[in-house]
Amino acid sequence: MKWDTCDPKTAYVLHLADDALILGQRLSAWCGHGPILEQDIALTNVALDLIGLARQYYGYAAELIGDGCTENDLAFFRDSRAFTNHLLCEQPNGHWGDTLARQFFFDTFHFFQLEALQQSSDERLRHIAAKVIKETSYHAQFSAEWIIRMGDGTEESRSKITQSLRHFAPFALELFIPAQVDAAAHDLGFGPDVSVLESDWKEKIQSILTIATLSPLEWGFPKKGGKSGMHSEHHGYILAEMQSLARAYPDATW
Amino acid sequence: MGETHSLEDRFQAFVEAENKVEPKHWMPDGYRKTLVRQISQHAHSEIVGMLPEANWITRAPSLRAKLILLAKVQDEAGHGLYLYSAAETLGTSRDQMIDDLHSGKAKYSSIFNYPTLTWADMGAIGWLVDGAAIANQVMLCRTSYGPYSRAMVRICKEESFHQRQGFEIMMHLAKGTPEQKAMAQDALNRWWWPSIMMFGPSDDQSPNSAQSMKWRIKRKSNDELRQEFIDKTVPQAEFIGLTIPDPDLRWNKETGHYDFGTINWTEFFDVIAGNGPCNAERLAARQKAHDEGAWVREAAAAYAAKQASRSARRPAQTHAA
Amino acid sequence: MSTTTHQWPLWEVFVRSKNGLAHKHVGSLHAPDSEMALKNARDVYTRRSEGISIWVVPSAAITASSPDEKDPLFAPSDDKVYRHPTFYDIPDEVGHM
Repeated sequence: MKWDTCDPKTAYVLHLADDALILGQRLSAWCGHGPILEQDIALTNVALDLIGLARQYYGYAAELIGDGCTENDLAFFRDSRAFTNHLLCEQPNGHWGDTLARQFFFDTFHFFQLEALQQSSDERLRHIAAKVIKETSYHAQFSAEWIIRMGDGTEESRSKITQSLRHFAPFALELFIPAQVDAAAHDLGFGPDVSVLESDWKEKIQSILTIATLSPLEWGFPKKGGKSGMHSEHHGYILAEMQSLARAYPDATW
Repeated sequence: MGETHSLEDRFQAFVEAENKVEPKHWMPDGYRKTLVRQISQHAHSEIVGMLPEANWITRAPSLRAKLILLAKVQDEAGHGLYLYSAAETLGTSRDQMIDDLHSGKAKYSSIFNYPTLTWADMGAIGWLVDGAAIANQVMLCRTSYGPYSRAMVRICKEESFHQRQGFEIMMHLAKGTPEQKAMAQDALNRWWWPSIMMFGPSDDQSPNSAQSMKWRIKRKSNDELRQEFIDKTVPQAEFIGLTIPDPDLRWNKETGHYDFGTINWTEFFDVIAGNGPCNAERLAARQKAHDEGAWVREAAAAYAAKQASRSARRPAQTHAA
Repeated sequence: MSTTTHQWPLWEVFVRSKNGLAHKHVGSLHAPDSEMALKNARDVYTRRSEGISIWVVPSAAITASSPDEKDPLFAPSDDKVYRHPTFYDIPDEVGHM
């Protein structure tokens, strides 16, 4: 990888971009396979928003790097160990309950993160956050509505969503454990201290679980490493699929 | 003595005068049945048609291309929804239509039973398949049934961007690296004949066509639409430097149209009968999504029922203005 | 027999654009309840444009007028056309029935 992505600001913007892209990529796989047409369209809108957001962040990172670097260089020509998305984002879609549980945890965090980014010392990050916080609140509402319907729906849905939430809970904890990339960003004033977001997030999560008539979550032992480029085995396969065509013709433009 | 004109005669005069038939109008049984079949099959085509293109979303070679493709496929879902909605005004239900699709009773456009093998297929589908669909859809904006014609007007507005996007992809590939140009030519080679088959056989082979034309459901013949499409598309191929895989294609000065080679109708009928390259896979994907989504739909319905009985039990509240 | 979506009722969607004067009927969709119906209507019929007002109404709650009796396609109140009096050939001698 010839681009210098080590500058703390660049690294942080890439971290934000990687989350949006990897999660958007996961969601985009649902297009054409949703449980009913209307929901297929709704979830695809979330995917579109996230990939659009990824483009904004990658575009900014490319500018910071300069030297003719483009958003596609960053998305398609970095290896797995260079990506710093959270582990949560790269987990498989599973069934609808799994996907919405994953979204519920991430979307709720994402809202609080963007709220904090509106106070960033970096003007561009403030601007991006202000632009996308509204759509992110729609995402969070959408996920929450589904947790409620699955929790307080049928016995089968309650059982499934309980398992999904339990499965993703340990991954969610990484959102609030600072790693090098976001700790440095906080020290320099352009990103939040993520550990401070945890209590608001847990309160919101719990309030939805209560409405959903679900028991409070046992969080389990945190799974982390994504933010340091130490991914799960899923990550390699995501990139293999996503990057293969672009890498097969590195000199082509599309 | 009172009116001796039958309702059928009045109906015929009504549609001949270019009026729109609306859901609460009287209509011949045959008209209603034909429309339910045609509109629902059109809807199924949009939904099944999502699958060949959705196949490349996760592998799109640039972020912009990924976004555009995802938006296009989502549009197709929306079009399917507008059409199911129009069909439901005629007394059928979404469930019934979906069951008919999965059971094989209802058809969808033959073109979607072909596989998408390369990224260039995304270009070819937008350019040719959407291009062919547009010819049909513009005509249907003038169809006699109001809800169908209004759905088509909305669809046509969104569709023209799809065709342009497809053509842009092909144009860009044709001007790109030698591998890209070869990819584009290969996609054109595979999608050309299935695209012109989309219009269906000559109307003298189509028993329903005459009555559909009479009722102003269908406004142009299959052959007319096919010729329109070919005449429009050949110059586009020439413009981007790709060769249409038909050695018999030539401009006919006298008729002012392109003459073209013989269509392999055996292939068309084989595909319609369920023996195309991807028929089984397409239906299996739709059936799977439906089956695996059952518990989700049930959960939401159960929750809605619980909410309804909770509000019924709640004491009446005064509402703020 | 596949599982049905009949418990997801049909909703009619009405949209007023940002500078529009009144809500217009734009189509229908299936949703389990009014909150989902509203969210889905936003996704499907407005693609999330800002400043748009959306109404969703259960289709079953809508009462529609029939075409005027003088309308050429005024439908007889029965579905079965043959039950309408003008379709029997009544001999003139019998008079009006």
